[in-house]
Amino acid sequence: MSDQSTDFQPLTGSMAQPRGLYDPANERDACGVGLICSLRGEKSHSIVHQGLQILVNLAHRGACGADEKTGDGAGILLQIPDAFLRARAGDAGLRLPEPQAYGAGLVFLPRDPAQMKYCMDLFEKVVRQEGQEFIGWRDVPVRDEVLGETARKVKPEIKQVFVSRGKGIKDASHFERKLYVIRKVLEKALRDSELTEKKYFYIPSLSCNTMIYKGLLLADQIEPFFPDLTDPLMASSLAIVHQRYSTNTFPTWDLAQPFRFLCHNGEINTLRGNINWMNTREGLFKSELFDSDMAKLFPILTPGASDSAILDNALELLYHTGRPLPQAMMMLIPEAWQNHKTMSDEKKAFYEYQSCMMEPWDGPASIPFTDGHYVGAVLDRNGLRPSRYTVTKDGLVVMASETGVLPIDPANVLRKGRLQPGRMFLVNMDEGRIVDDEEIKSEICRRKPYRAWLNENLVDFEAIPAPSCPPTNFQSLLQRQNLFGYTLEDLRIVLTPTAKGEEAIGSMGTDTPLAVLSERPQLLYSYFKQLFAQVTNPPLDAIREELVTSLQYNIGSARNLFEETPEHARQIRLKSPILMNSELAKLRELGLPGFKSIVLPMTYDVSKGGPGLEEGLTNLCKAASKAVEEGCTIVILSDRGAGREQAPIPALLATAGVHHHLIRARQRTQCALVIESGEPREVHHFCLLFGYGAGAVNPYMAFESLEDLAKQEMLADSDADKAIKNYVKAIKKGLLKVMSKMGISTLQSYRGAQIFEAIGLKSALIDNFFPGTASRVEGLGLEELARETGLRHARAFPPIQVPGRLELDQGGQYQWRRNGEVHLLDPLAIARLQQAVRTNDAKTFKEYSSIINGHNRKGCTLRGLMEFKDTGRSIPLSEVEPWTEIVKRFKTGAMSYGSISQEAHETLAIAMNRMGGKSNSGEGGEAPERYRPDAAGNWRRSAIKQVASGRFGVTSHYLISARELQIKMAQGAKPGEGGQLPGTKVYPWIAKTRYSTPYVTLISPPPHHDIYSIEDLAQLIHDLKNANPKARVSVKLVSAVGVGTVAAGVSKGKADVVLISGYDGGTGASPQSSIKHAGLPWELGLSETHQTLVLNDLRSRIVVECDGKLLTGRDVAIACLLGAEEFGFSSGPIVSMGCIMMRVCHLNTCPVGIATQDPELRKRFQATPEHVINFFRFIAEELREIMAQLGFRTIDEMVGQVDTLEQRKAIEHWKAKGLNLTKLLYKPEVPAHVGIHYTKPQDHGLANAIDHQLIEQAKPALERREKVTIDLPIRNLNRTFGTMLSSHISKRYGAEGLDDNTIVINATGSGGQSFCAFGAKGITVRVEGDANDYFGKGLSGARLIVRPPKEATFLPEENILIGNVALYGATAGEAYIRGLAGERFAVRNSGARAVVEGVGDHGCEYMTGGRVAVLGPTGRNFAAGMSGGVAYVLDEAGDFKQNRCNLEMVELEPVTEPVDIVELRELIARHFAHTQSAVARRILDQWEDVLKKFVKIMPIDYKRALGIVAQQKMMEENAKAAALV
Amino acid sequence: MGKPTGFKEYPRETPAERPVAERVRDYNELYREFPVENLRRQAARCMNCGVPFCHAGCPLGNIIPDWNDLVYKNQWEAAYKELMSTNNFPEFTGRLCPAPCEEACVLGITDPPVAIELIEKNIVEYAFKNGWVKPEPPTVRTGKKVAVIGSGPSGLACAQQLNRAGHLVTLFERAEKLGGLLRYGIPDFKLEKHVIDRRLQLMEAEGIIFKPSTAVGTNYPAEDLKEFDAVVLCGGATKSRDFPIPGRELDGIHFAMDFLPQQNRTVSGEKLASQISAAGKHVIVIGGGDTGSDCVGTSRRQGARSITNFELLPMPTKDRSSQQPWPYWPIKLRHSSSHSEGCERFWSISTKEFIGSKGRVQALRTVSVEFAPDGNGRLKMSEVPGTEYEWPAELVLLALGFVGPERDNVIAQLGVELDERGNVKTGADYMTSRPGVFAAGDMHRGQSLIVWAISEGREAARCVDLFLMGHSELPTKGNQDLPRV
Repeated sequence: MSDQSTDFQPLTGSMAQPRGLYDPANERDACGVGLICSLRGEKSHSIVHQGLQILVNLAHRGACGADEKTGDGAGILLQIPDAFLRARAGDAGLRLPEPQAYGAGLVFLPRDPAQMKYCMDLFEKVVRQEGQEFIGWRDVPVRDEVLGETARKVKPEIKQVFVSRGKGIKDASHFERKLYVIRKVLEKALRDSELTEKKYFYIPSLSCNTMIYKGLLLADQIEPFFPDLTDPLMASSLAIVHQRYSTNTFPTWDLAQPFRFLCHNGEINTLRGNINWMNTREGLFKSELFDSDMAKLFPILTPGASDSAILDNALELLYHTGRPLPQAMMMLIPEAWQNHKTMSDEKKAFYEYQSCMMEPWDGPASIPFTDGHYVGAVLDRNGLRPSRYTVTKDGLVVMASETGVLPIDPANVLRKGRLQPGRMFLVNMDEGRIVDDEEIKSEICRRKPYRAWLNENLVDFEAIPAPSCPPTNFQSLLQRQNLFGYTLEDLRIVLTPTAKGEEAIGSMGTDTPLAVLSERPQLLYSYFKQLFAQVTNPPLDAIREELVTSLQYNIGSARNLFEETPEHARQIRLKSPILMNSELAKLRELGLPGFKSIVLPMTYDVSKGGPGLEEGLTNLCKAASKAVEEGCTIVILSDRGAGREQAPIPALLATAGVHHHLIRARQRTQCALVIESGEPREVHHFCLLFGYGAGAVNPYMAFESLEDLAKQEMLADSDADKAIKNYVKAIKKGLLKVMSKMGISTLQSYRGAQIFEAIGLKSALIDNFFPGTASRVEGLGLEELARETGLRHARAFPPIQVPGRLELDQGGQYQWRRNGEVHLLDPLAIARLQQAVRTNDAKTFKEYSSIINGHNRKGCTLRGLMEFKDTGRSIPLSEVEPWTEIVKRFKTGAMSYGSISQEAHETLAIAMNRMGGKSNSGEGGEAPERYRPDAAGNWRRSAIKQVASGRFGVTSHYLISARELQIKMAQGAKPGEGGQLPGTKVYPWIAKTRYSTPYVTLISPPPHHDIYSIEDLAQLIHDLKNANPKARVSVKLVSAVGVGTVAAGVSKGKADVVLISGYDGGTGASPQSSIKHAGLPWELGLSETHQTLVLNDLRSRIVVECDGKLLTGRDVAIACLLGAEEFGFSSGPIVSMGCIMMRVCHLNTCPVGIATQDPELRKRFQATPEHVINFFRFIAEELREIMAQLGFRTIDEMVGQVDTLEQRKAIEHWKAKGLNLTKLLYKPEVPAHVGIHYTKPQDHGLANAIDHQLIEQAKPALERREKVTIDLPIRNLNRTFGTMLSSHISKRYGAEGLDDNTIVINATGSGGQSFCAFGAKGITVRVEGDANDYFGKGLSGARLIVRPPKEATFLPEENILIGNVALYGATAGEAYIRGLAGERFAVRNSGARAVVEGVGDHGCEYMTGGRVAVLGPTGRNFAAGMSGGVAYVLDEAGDFKQNRCNLEMVELEPVTEPVDIVELRELIARHFAHTQSAVARRILDQWEDVLKKFVKIMPIDYKRALGIVAQQKMMEENAKAAALV
Repeated sequence: MGKPTGFKEYPRETPAERPVAERVRDYNELYREFPVENLRRQAARCMNCGVPFCHAGCPLGNIIPDWNDLVYKNQWEAAYKELMSTNNFPEFTGRLCPAPCEEACVLGITDPPVAIELIEKNIVEYAFKNGWVKPEPPTVRTGKKVAVIGSGPSGLACAQQLNRAGHLVTLFERAEKLGGLLRYGIPDFKLEKHVIDRRLQLMEAEGIIFKPSTAVGTNYPAEDLKEFDAVVLCGGATKSRDFPIPGRELDGIHFAMDFLPQQNRTVSGEKLASQISAAGKHVIVIGGGDTGSDCVGTSRRQGARSITNFELLPMPTKDRSSQQPWPYWPIKLRHSSSHSEGCERFWSISTKEFIGSKGRVQALRTVSVEFAPDGNGRLKMSEVPGTEYEWPAELVLLALGFVGPERDNVIAQLGVELDERGNVKTGADYMTSRPGVFAAGDMHRGQSLIVWAISEGREAARCVDLFLMGHSELPTKGNQDLPRV
């Protein structure tokens, strides 16, 4: 193998070049982080050693790739180990001056001796140039044999460098600044050099305070690799450690963390915007601290570096402006202050003032940081990364992603805590104490009179009187609507619902062409697709977690980042970024000092076509620059002037063009861009305008159109004013939703963040107007965009007005129309398919498939532009594997029972089971009756059981009954979004399978609350594998740029299958803007995935599946050639069962009985399993014909043979002509041993599971229901404890499980993640110690008890005992926790009963059933989205209602009903019995008094539903009684 | 959509017919008024399909869901505008079209379909009643002149579209009044003729020049068409299919198209020298289609003693057969209003001979036939031995369809090529073998439905406009018509 692999040079990350669709820029990572420090301040070697121990105990949070010995990187940051360095430098003949008078650093150098020497010489030269003294180099001893082969191949030379303080350096911080300058100068010089190995050059650290050791290592390799670290002299009083889990394995030494000031577990979602804004800010930098050195620092942010590295760059800069490190951190990662009810005014003022200077760096982040003096950590505003700490009585502080990473004597524990959302944990090393978040922040907030500055300078926009606006010209409205491409659908489907404040909803996905393939003129917006969070970062819930979001921000001119002056606050505060006409008029006529506005015409001479458009844009950019030079702070781009001669420049083109022009001119931060345009109308349009830099938008045509609709009485009861207000509300809501899909909380960060991918635009156009945006298949340029604008213009100003013609174009995007957009499934295609499957007629099926293929060919899809090559290897059809083999690779899509009827759901299941294919349960559970064959011998169960964010009906029993378990990370029709099944549709039979209450609304959260990062996904995969070791675990992703790297991470996370879904997949209900504009066609995502997996040698260990409007054998053949070996279908089988694409699934009125629960409509269902089987047989037979033609006997032979495909030569389509599929059709060249299809199963590491021990010991219970007791110690490494044991119970005894307390486990120590996930009934686990995140996830009947060890002296009720997201999706069981729990306790609980002594933010979120008693404080946003179950909270502070509870869906009541009192008392009594809790004791002792302080949290929906159920029951009983009489 | 659950709540309802006893005494239309509220409920049955098959099933491409929704919302004027954007004469189709749209209606899979045609008719009548239907002359004149020959539905539609595009249109008609088959073929009880006159007045006011009593090729030399920039032939498929069996020469055997026009003329007040009459006679109508049915209704009103209707093909099933699944047009048993006015219908019956005396027909002899598949999968007809029967018959009306356009006169004079079925051959652009000469409607397509005639007229007009101007603002329905099966 090794000799074969010599020709396969893995790319080093830093040297990785884009190949095909793979681009290293898409790499994502997440990780385990930790810090340790001694409050006593003494430096010791044991801190270093323990730091590295932490890393080893977090090893499961890292990952390795194909080469099992090469990790993704690990490292440690220490204080300068002076004694060590002094000694070792001395060995090398170097003399070091006193501490802090020298700086030291680790340097990675090129391997080529000449190039290495060049770098070293340059280093010396620069040090001297900068007036410092060069001391010398030291070879760092390393042991290469420790490394994996891949890491070794790309290992740089590693040396230490020493620099001595030069003359004129005033103090240590001055010296530190100088070292910073030296490093920046060197980095730039090397970047600009011609050295072939220049990318090996990297300076991990160069400082007089800190020192970093890191490399492309696994956690346990770092110590042996760097013998330095085991040297007893190597001492520090603090250590920060990091272990990386990259989605990719392209090995790279420089991406290992920590960086100079921080390490980062998470992801910066707004990176693109943050970089652009920072680059343009540089134009204003001025500081006495740097003086003439300033220019040497540029660019501040290292081009092409990772998000964490760039965040480090930014922190470093802010630190060197003279701000204390904690303040710099607060600027980068501010708390969610806008909607905070209890935050002090001075802190709010601080944040508001800072927001005039810089936007938040938004995204999930747990960030330990240090400058050697302060060491601390912050958590993002959403708290999406775990961080637990322990403080010992002897002055040790340990913080890490998990608890239990170091053995600590319980008796020595002083405090156990967790990092809270937006909060800072800080240790002042010089003072040797922990500084409270409040203390450090209030000190910072008082440094300047921020509130006073704001009061004097910040302009409240609403307070400015509005000038009057001219009335709407209805006469010319139609013409102008045509000019901006309005269609009847825009009015009817897009705008009309917004008049009620709602976004347009649709279903069944989309089957219209991509904009670039459409014959019809499209708005530029349609060429962009929204990106969204999947796996590496979580989307947010902008509705239920509104408190972290904000659309408010300031516009105006920004100033020098190095200063803080009152003038910095001279900006305008906008509450809403959508401007009414009167508000725009305010800006236009603004007469306030410090502001100046100008209106620039956003139009061009239409008669000049493409050159005219170009000229218009050039003039616009010039005019904007000139305006800024002349002091304009508000630049309004307006297309109001468009008419017969002048056409509007596409507003997005103008916005992005001017934005980037001003960035290049470093003028951008000096003005706000305001867009006055007739074009934007949909949410997606606004997202793009803001995403490419607009500060505010006035969509005047949308307003006028609504006015007109109101005038014609088309808006039911809305008048024009109300309609417009509601419209703005709807757009804002949609905007928040799109932002939150990417995990971004504030519009300020979203603005300019460019969270889009373009499809069908030329790179020249992208580079000019949208730099940094992915666009991978080329396409249109300015010429064609002008032609599209010209077509709209011609419709508005036709040569002749013909009477009797439709006033506006029909559209046809959302509903099929003859003259509208093409749909794949047009009437004849549907009719032919149904005819074919019902009459079992292959000939008619051919007619069907030729319609579909014809649409594809004419330009519905990218695959239509491809054709099969003549391979010259055709074989007889009989030699191709039979259809019966092929259909085993076919699956039906995830359609839940609930979204479709029982008849439809089971027909699909029977059909797929008969063929040996797989149907998918979807997210809705499944009735256990289906787990056995029915009377006729039919299997009605779904082979694939889905695990989605709502976890409805996901029990141990459900999981064990599957052949495949699918984790739905995203759905094609609405990636990054959650869902909602309104109470009216939760019929009793639906509620039953979902373990919920009939008629109670069910919410699926946007993220899985146990997957905030890639290592979390690996954990869930591990959990599911434990829950059913025989089932394959599949991860469903949606096609988007970067999906390949995510898939690589998924493969490394040990999934067995990865599914790449196209954006066009169906749905029961989704916002139209998501259906149309989020995600990409599968062709791109699949191809990128396959290429990336192959390049990383990860392909052979994972099955790749593809879905998204696969409708013919040709579609499947292309998917296979692009790299898929399994195939999912939904629209096809659904249409075969009678679906006629009504697209009203969300209304429950499906007239053919498929997408409905209405018993009357269900009677209309007419399909049989044979219809479905016929469909699949026809598809397989078509596929076989193509296989024979190309010469493939089996699918395995065919997978990934993309060289048998080519782009069609003669493409007449005027837009599609410009497309280039080269990257998509790229076939990576790899040596023979690198598999290009699935060949070897993953090693899930279950062999070492502690559960084998449990199962062995529990044998008497499992086999004979005898009682057993098991005692054992546990560690954080024992993840998913008890889950496999539970699967044995469920397999044998079903959902009923065993009798209570059949298996009793007494465990001591720290429970690992997912403790007792899906724990089955009959198990009782008592933990003495604590536990990590996902405690009791999916609890299915077990009883869990956690209490501190007996020796512990801390007060349990003040210390954190279990981690975040406990009891997520629990369906039954009990939990008693004597102590505090983290964020999101009992999220989506639907049946468990739990008692806890305090919880973090978002407690009981999305809960639908069960009981929770909280005997202490709660965090904010309790009960958000809670639609069922009951919670009791002991509100001793009396501020629960006011500050902590989300009252959107619940009512608060005193506990006065006798039933409630009995229930609560019993819960507490049990809690006491199990844990001996002092809190419970006190409550029970003072029952009457304490009871009054309890609040009952009752969901409104639940109360109503219980009423309905009670009434129905009564009626049934009455009926029964009557029948008896 | 107006009301998502409308289809579940409201049954299909159509206007009541006047009682037979009353209506056979006159030639007025059959239906009673339909209250607006009921109509809105019918519109609410529309499900606003994502893929509206009705819209594909309508040869005009009527945007049916849109106007159903507007009617439900009481937005009549907007509904009228949308309707007029695809259909020049909904007042004709709303009365006469066999409604393939309703056969394609999605609701029709399980329930009686939406009453689309009824809604169509009412939208336009509502518009007339409210004075919204006004002449809409073109905004500019192009200076081009076009001749349209034949004033049936395709000629009328074509003329109106061309006029809208600004061309000066002359509409030739050989009869003394315009309307073609609408005026002379369709009985008044299905279409009262003031409905045509009302439309013609509007068209004349829009600037179309009418030339009635002008038969191109006869009293107007085809040569003279040179003065026009383009010519459109819309002369229909007027050649009736004959039935050459023994006794065909007997008196009392007439083509339906000799019989029906006479009655229409009489109703319109013309005094005819003589008229074929069914009064007091045993009438036999041969041919089970729409024309046959019109003969039945007319004979009944004339006071026939008995009326018998023959059809060669077997009696179709009541519902659609599995060979003609939804959404295609099915051959199924259709019972017209005329049939219910008193006539006997017989299927699988073949007429062998007319028997007469003194040159007049007195009876006819038939035999039953049956159909069985031959070796090639085609159906083959054979007579059933011993089923011969003789029927008394004093008037025999032949409604056996049409075999294409008349080939003498204009076709011959212009020398345009015909296709293998004898219709005028054109390209996809409706242009015949002679440049500048176009053909549309039955003359081009062969005998068909009125919706097809209007559709062809509209599409041809657009092609003429393109031919004349190089571009056209006239709408097109786009292709994607549903095929037969």
